[in-house]
Amino acid sequence: MSSKASKFDLVISGVGGQGAILASDIIGRSAVIENYGVRAAETHGMAQRGGSVVNHVRIGCDLGSMIPLKGADCLLALEPVEALRYIDSLADDGVVIMNTEAVYPVTVTTGKAQYPDVESIVAELKKTHRVIAFNATEKAAEAGSRQAMNVVLVGAVSNFLPIKTETLLERVKEMVPPKTIDTNVKAFEMGRSMVE
Amino acid sequence: MSTREYMLGNVAIARGIVEGGGRVISGYPGTPSSEIVDTLSKMKERDFYVEWSVNEKVAMEVAAGAAMTGVRSVVTMKHVGLNVAADPLMTLSYMGVKGGMVVIVADDPGCHSSQNEQDTRIYSEFSLMPCLDPSTPQEAKDMIPYAFELSEKFELPVIFRPTTRISHGKADIELGEITEHRVQAKFEKDTSRWVMVPSNAVVRHPHLLSIQDGIREELETSPWNELTLNENSKIGVIAAGIASVYAKEAIENLGVSASYLKIGAYPVPEGLIKKMYEQVDTVLVIEELEPIVEDRCKIIAKDMESNVKIIGKTDGTVPRVGELNVDHCVKAIADVFGIESGLPEIKEIEMELPPRPPAMCAGCSHRATYYAMKKVFGKNAVFPSDIGCYTLGIQNGTVDTTLCMGGSITVASGIYHSGEKQPICCSIGDSTFFHTGMNGLLNAVYNKANITVAILDNRITAMTGHQPNPGMGLTSTGEATKEIDLEQLCRGLGAEFVEVVDSFDVKATIEAFKCAKDYEGTSVIISKQPCIIYARRTGVRLIPFKVDHDKCVGCRMCVNLGCPAIEFDKETKKSTINAMCTGCGLCAEVCKFDAIKEVQK
Repeated sequence: MSSKASKFDLVISGVGGQGAILASDIIGRSAVIENYGVRAAETHGMAQRGGSVVNHVRIGCDLGSMIPLKGADCLLALEPVEALRYIDSLADDGVVIMNTEAVYPVTVTTGKAQYPDVESIVAELKKTHRVIAFNATEKAAEAGSRQAMNVVLVGAVSNFLPIKTETLLERVKEMVPPKTIDTNVKAFEMGRSMVE
Repeated sequence: MSTREYMLGNVAIARGIVEGGGRVISGYPGTPSSEIVDTLSKMKERDFYVEWSVNEKVAMEVAAGAAMTGVRSVVTMKHVGLNVAADPLMTLSYMGVKGGMVVIVADDPGCHSSQNEQDTRIYSEFSLMPCLDPSTPQEAKDMIPYAFELSEKFELPVIFRPTTRISHGKADIELGEITEHRVQAKFEKDTSRWVMVPSNAVVRHPHLLSIQDGIREELETSPWNELTLNENSKIGVIAAGIASVYAKEAIENLGVSASYLKIGAYPVPEGLIKKMYEQVDTVLVIEELEPIVEDRCKIIAKDMESNVKIIGKTDGTVPRVGELNVDHCVKAIADVFGIESGLPEIKEIEMELPPRPPAMCAGCSHRATYYAMKKVFGKNAVFPSDIGCYTLGIQNGTVDTTLCMGGSITVASGIYHSGEKQPICCSIGDSTFFHTGMNGLLNAVYNKANITVAILDNRITAMTGHQPNPGMGLTSTGEATKEIDLEQLCRGLGAEFVEVVDSFDVKATIEAFKCAKDYEGTSVIISKQPCIIYARRTGVRLIPFKVDHDKCVGCRMCVNLGCPAIEFDKETKKSTINAMCTGCGLCAEVCKFDAIKEVQK
């Protein structure tokens, strides 16, 4: 059950360097424009060096930034294993939106650990939750750049946020490098169309 | 349209410094405090002076000197930095200041990026300086101008203690007016005030004690404390700093009624606590880290002969270690009320997930230096290390100890003098060497430690977000300055064997380490190559590499370097290089089968 202290609680997980902070900034700034109080928590420092990262974004909240366990309305995962790693943060009736493109950690590339089959990760998540899974990295490449993967996923989650699509899209245009605006707008729209 | 801005806690704190008229701001980078000075340094229009100092003690003294002249000053650091700066801190409270001085110390409950989770509020009790403990980024910003005024009123620095969730949290911030407060700096000679010889110190100590009641009274009615009495409840909750918003959410979620006291300033508001005691018979104290408020509450209860029961960390209801959150508060409050917490059950994930620890970047020069170091010294050698990105060399078997900033050369010396028979080679970064490593090298040479010191010079303070340091020839604001030559510096400290190598020239680096190992005495290798993140940001592009699968025999030599750009296919038993390759060429150097080559254009 989501907390009474917030209108919409979003957890964004991924790997350091994938652009989780930009994704939460687009959403956070949009929410402020629409007059919501926003509280967000980010991973900085040591964990950014290719480590697992998680951001909390609370829309319509004036208390703390940390979402209680099983409190999130949505888990937005930029990487498959990082979806499963943070599934405890998602409410039973919450939705998972995830990228199916894997990023192998050093523990896997050096053969110390196994990376599970992506399909089985999705299947495991589907046992308990509504899951929207697709290869956002490929979608981003189609839009013009693999780097726009985070914006594809912001587009997908826009279907659930209590924020107008135009407000989000305006922030995308404001916050990405000027040369990449067209690519990112396309990426946003492709992501948005992934949810029925 | 809203006039509020969505910003990082540390950016909000920087804004608070501007609003409050800070004139001199110094600091040493440390997560989670670094973005305060970063933000001030990047401001285009500035009517203040800002610097990255070489360590926290230095930074504290720079800010203290400025405050002696009557201007407002700030020093920033992370919690462990205050240990380095504790010497000036403890006497500065006797001496006091003229202009307002704020000591910003960011705590890291849960050790997200730190070697311990010490509680700065203890330094506040120890030094008798008041402390402000924000519960939200907005409050953090608003507290800074207040702190300047409080500091000036009592002529005593004020400690300001954000935690990771404030500094690295984001929120909508209502900006305030920038103060008109402008003071012309003027150092007024007054030896009784500024010279802490014993005869003056013995007078200043009772003075410091004498102003404590006034400070307590001032803070008691400050906006940072807030008491809400609930006549229908015999239970009170006292929560401090960031824990106060967690506790508030927990009370709302549980739907219980309790009297509630939020504390945001120390010394604690005794009057408000006593008022609560008159209303309730049980008090739950919730605060991160040490039971400071809790202990104070017990003393107050005893002094007023109250039978109120005080619950908190001592009895185990609230965890003493790590970060708190809403769930901890729900559990503790439900316990005290004797009701079900209703906390969800967490099911174990049935699938095994690969750990994803932070790792050195693809193309990081430290990986190359560590490869050469280990090749020469062997895996049985002792490798004391230090604090920085290179601590991630723990994965490479070249980090055997990490104690504190600058604790590599000194620990290595101690291990040598103990009679340890294995060779000893320690590693330290450029910024850490300037911070407190220099003294260790001086000591090692002076006391004849037969060790090798590797200075991993990546030309920047990388881990905390790429701050300039004295080796770069740039100040915090990007202004050109004297570039300190590490080689000359080491020679100046007495080292006679000092060799500078290019980290990516693996053969030369190995040769240099061999000579250093054979050298009788303290030898220094400076392994130089810019941080790859910074290099790429400034436009450096090298040709990436690829594996010739006809030549690859699957020996895994390259894979074992632990580079995120190198993957191993279990099916084909061959290595491949992915898109993360930055072209450092280390893997090509270690491949015995000549299977790794630059990608042809």
